[in-house]
Amino acid sequence: MIKTRYVLTAACIAWAGLANGEAGGDPERGAQLYRQCVGCHQVGEGAVDRVGPHLNGIFDRAAGQSEGYRYSDGMQRAAAGGLVWTYESLDAFITDPRSLVSRTRMSFRGFDDQQDRDDLLAYLRTFSADPQNIPESAPTAVAVDHSVAPEILAIVGDPAYGEYLSGECTACHQASGAANGIPSITNWPTEDFVIAMHAYKDGVREHPVMQMMAGRLSNEEIAALAAYFEGLE
Amino acid sequence: MKFNRRAFIGTATATAATLSAPMFVRADGHSKPRVVVVGGGAGGATAARYIAKDSAGAIDVTLIEPTRAYYTCFFSNLYIGGFREMNSLGHSYGTLAAEYGINVVHDWATGVDRDAKTVTTAGGYTIPYDRLILSPGIDFVDGAVPGWDVSASNAMPHAYKAGSQTELLRAQIDAMPQGGTYAMVAPPNPYRCPPGPYERVSMVAHRLSEVNPTAKILIADPKEKFSKQALFEEGWNNHYSGMIERIGPDFGGENVEVDPAAMTLSIDGEVTNVDVCNVIPAMKAGRIADIAGITEGNWAPVNAADLSSKMDENIHVLGDACAQGDMPKSGFSANSQAKVCANAVRGALTGSSVFPARFSNTCWSLIDTNDGIKVGATYEATEEKIAKVDGFVSQTGEDAAVRQATYEESIGWYDGITADMFG
Repeated sequence: MIKTRYVLTAACIAWAGLANGEAGGDPERGAQLYRQCVGCHQVGEGAVDRVGPHLNGIFDRAAGQSEGYRYSDGMQRAAAGGLVWTYESLDAFITDPRSLVSRTRMSFRGFDDQQDRDDLLAYLRTFSADPQNIPESAPTAVAVDHSVAPEILAIVGDPAYGEYLSGECTACHQASGAANGIPSITNWPTEDFVIAMHAYKDGVREHPVMQMMAGRLSNEEIAALAAYFEGLE
Repeated sequence: MKFNRRAFIGTATATAATLSAPMFVRADGHSKPRVVVVGGGAGGATAARYIAKDSAGAIDVTLIEPTRAYYTCFFSNLYIGGFREMNSLGHSYGTLAAEYGINVVHDWATGVDRDAKTVTTAGGYTIPYDRLILSPGIDFVDGAVPGWDVSASNAMPHAYKAGSQTELLRAQIDAMPQGGTYAMVAPPNPYRCPPGPYERVSMVAHRLSEVNPTAKILIADPKEKFSKQALFEEGWNNHYSGMIERIGPDFGGENVEVDPAAMTLSIDGEVTNVDVCNVIPAMKAGRIADIAGITEGNWAPVNAADLSSKMDENIHVLGDACAQGDMPKSGFSANSQAKVCANAVRGALTGSSVFPARFSNTCWSLIDTNDGIKVGATYEATEEKIAKVDGFVSQTGEDAAVRQATYEESIGWYDGITADMFG
């Protein structure tokens, strides 16, 4: 009983607070803020779906429409309900993703500050064709912050072993993909997963628990975990 | 091979036959191997869930647990501090029964016949097993604190099994007179949740600083040192300066006596009147381990590789009740041990792959609002024991953002581990 459920409230409150909006944002500052997003979302020429869908042409697109991307049940439900990414709905979403789309896999905590949201959306808008016609730049989004040798990336993991090893992960990270203070690790592209784990193992990413957990995983074990979590329903 | 658990009930019968390929003959001719788990906490619930989930119907799993609603001991201090509601700590066994096909029996296990391989219950039932997993948590050592016994647990609560005791303790703290004294008799090693008493003190101090700022906290402690000591003491100094006094063994903190009728605490012969007395006595394995005859001293010794009892290869002991080596007695440890044990038990009963044991633990504690700390380690199985490999601990002097992130992480962990236990 008594499990936490995300509250499915419409984002009316957030919308009511919509400020100066469309013209007011600073895309250069938005580009800086976007660094918080690039771990999951690519944008720009050649951008593809990674942990999250790419964000080219996001404005005025219906939700859940990036072909081939596996959306959460929550996002699929919102899409079926007719959610369209307008300035207002994007503003509400990046204020608090889960208050707009309950059970979205997007575990980002949100931007509290209206100016931050305006700037970020001004930046994202430069990657939507209409109404602004600004040439697309090179991809800003590099989902990876660490380089891993190709032979390590080439290892094909054993998902059955990964399933056993995953018991060490699911003491904290939820197998359902729900995230609340601890990020979701399901449905990642295997390469991103492997690179992230090696970044902890090599001490490039700072988090004492993750450095410790990754530190004793072999290359094969990391590949096994990546294979398991990539396919987790 | 992977199963969608919602589809599990429908497909279980069909897949069971193919999965249990090496058919092991049961002594009594029962068609499926049977696992009985006693105790539905972090060890037992996790073990039952993993065996049921991963065997996909090839093993009959029975979970014996007396309570219908389980209240986690971890995070119960946060209830005392006012950071959690009691119902946010409660969990039912409905999902384990409905989605995992576990036979959940709400009863007390009162006997184990190791020759017949049966468990008997207070309700009068006899339940056969091929493997028995005991995860009974802790009980208190009789006479550990002179003057205190279980009949005094309303006057002087332990609040070290969560639920009504925790609610009682908080109510007593709220009813303290202004400037009154909350006393804690801290337990000797080893005990459940090493940072627990000190997080408790932090949460009591938080509560008192809001409603009763001139109140005092007095700790009688038989231990020279305690978990995360430098971090707690720094935090107490920062947040609750002058409120907390700890008397260690060098000043007689191990020589205590209580009088529940008079509400007094005697430390090394010096008697103090107290308003709340939180007595946390010395601990031992939950009684069923003793009844099964697999304890040595206060705990049940186990082999590191599969948590099997050193006295009976068909019984495994998880969590607080077992003596395994270097892991602290914590919910995280019990959950970690349960997954290793589940893999080994499933392998023994159905021939599925058995992977090498690996263990980990992390304990978060809250000192004050958004001031979280943590300690953790990884472990491996050796011939002798579960042995520590590597570890870390929060640092003194960390900035507020790090501490807040640590606290927020602990909330995520709570949701994660309870999902891992109860489905």
